[in-house]
Amino acid sequence: MRNYIDFEKPIEEIERKIDELKQLKGYGDKKVIEEIEVLEKEAKERSRQIIENLTPWQQCLLARHPDRPYTLDYIKAITEEFIELHGDRRFSDDPAIVGGLCRIDGIPAMLIGHQKGRGTKERIQRNFGQPHPEGYRKALRIMKLAERFHIPIVTLIDTPGAFPGVGSEERGQSEAIATNLMEMSLLKTPIVSIVIGEGGSGGALALTVADRLFMLQYSIYSVISPEGCAAILLKNDKPLTQEDFAKAANSLKLTAQHLQNYGITDDIIEEPQGGAHRNVEETARNIKRFILSSFEELHGIDPFVLVEKRYKKLRAIGVFLE
Amino acid sequence: MGWFKKTTKDSLEEKKVKIPEGLWVKCPSCKEIIYRKEFDKNLKVCPKCNYHFRIGANERIHLTVDGGSFIELCPGLSPVDPLEFEDTMSYEERITSNQEKTRLKDAMSIGIATINKLPVVIAVMDFSFMGGSMGSVVGEKVVRAVEASFETNYPLIIFTSSGGARMQEGIFSLMQMAKVSAAIGRLKEIAVAYISVLTDPTFGGVSASFAMLGDIIIAEPKSLIGFAGARVIQQTIKQQLPEDFQQAEFLLKKGLIDMVVHRREMKMRISNILKMFGFCPLKK
Repeated sequence: MRNYIDFEKPIEEIERKIDELKQLKGYGDKKVIEEIEVLEKEAKERSRQIIENLTPWQQCLLARHPDRPYTLDYIKAITEEFIELHGDRRFSDDPAIVGGLCRIDGIPAMLIGHQKGRGTKERIQRNFGQPHPEGYRKALRIMKLAERFHIPIVTLIDTPGAFPGVGSEERGQSEAIATNLMEMSLLKTPIVSIVIGEGGSGGALALTVADRLFMLQYSIYSVISPEGCAAILLKNDKPLTQEDFAKAANSLKLTAQHLQNYGITDDIIEEPQGGAHRNVEETARNIKRFILSSFEELHGIDPFVLVEKRYKKLRAIGVFLE
Repeated sequence: MGWFKKTTKDSLEEKKVKIPEGLWVKCPSCKEIIYRKEFDKNLKVCPKCNYHFRIGANERIHLTVDGGSFIELCPGLSPVDPLEFEDTMSYEERITSNQEKTRLKDAMSIGIATINKLPVVIAVMDFSFMGGSMGSVVGEKVVRAVEASFETNYPLIIFTSSGGARMQEGIFSLMQMAKVSAAIGRLKEIAVAYISVLTDPTFGGVSASFAMLGDIIIAEPKSLIGFAGARVIQQTIKQQLPEDFQQAEFLLKKGLIDMVVHRREMKMRISNILKMFGFCPLKK
């Protein structure tokens, strides 16, 4: 069954009607079929209207849509073969990050991504896509493996953030993230990162030091969640409202379009009408195109030059007066 | 129950000891009243409970380097407002008011100095400037300090004190984490030591980047250090946190830092470590 978020309700009504009509005994009737066609057109038009006028906050909600495709959905759609690798060899295996060897159009690659989980049970098991230190350490372990065998790395980013808990503090969440940032900047193999949903702060960044950074059209990438930002700024006792979050989301400039304007991302990957969840295959095809063209551009570049270029790009980020 | 509340409030007010401004200091940790002269002589450490008060960048530099040896680098770096960020106050206004309050341009000062005659590059954060948060200026200054170390081969010493990334600079702040970590990565390929000294508090984007990347990591006693704040963690897991949670001593026990060092011994400890790594005083 499909899930609809608040601003998708108008589409829900129309699609319910379509479903009802399809259940009708007289489904084969010309009239009914015509009516369904009219309704489908209307649904399309409505979803176009909705998506064109999304506010930054609505875009956050869309990026967190429960039907939005996750890393494993894309792995299924993009790769011909995927062999998952597990564990950080130190403490545990973190299900909030998946990774492994794969083939994309015949090319071997190391694919790593946050995984949120679908349905309550899997969501809990995957900790809602919020990694512990062992997740970042697993990712780094297999990225270094990819480096040794000159395999390009692809990371898919989709997390509310690194998990804030006792265990993650005890095992060095900060150290794990910092080490990934440092080590990824030195990896002598191409890295392509794509934000597919939520780019939640340091927990997202820790897999995103890359030669190419793309964002899906309706994904977000931010230093703090709008909720966290609102909580810090409005230090009153009143419970925070959707309006507060919307205001914070506006201020944070966290949409793909903003980041593209700031020159942080290399490009935006288009999503289908209504968002990635309305057509997973089409979204996956678009993502695959960007991965393959990046591979082609980055292939054969001297590893030292590659690392130097990656550093120069990072080195230049920042706005200040001197 | 109105009368009951009132008595409580009254009795609280009675208990409050009026302290003349400036002469005495109250320890926020053990509530001890300390005579200011004694307090200053003790380097702003509570003589009773050993709580290390937060101190500003200038004071920290004064305590750490040889007198008159500090030469500040890029003192003019100053923040701008790339997002045109609005909250209860515009970011521009916030910058101005913090600059007036602290007489600093931003939350970090960097420079070249000597510590017991050993030349070093030193970078010090100041919590009083917007909670020591890291935006473009702090990020850039860390990288310039790293670059200065790279060029001179002088070891790098960074004192941290920060609530994390500066959200008013949005994605630019987040990216500073990657930028500074990448810069430090280049330092790791040569024999130049990086000593990271964590002081109260060190959190978020600062702890998850340059703070935790020191070759040697030192912390001041009882400093709070972590990735997420205790309040956020408590809201997430809804359980009581261990009493010493995120204190320097807790991190030491968990294997996350090398040592906890008293402020009084910091200078000597740093120079002793550097000497063992083979760093020498400048020849005249």
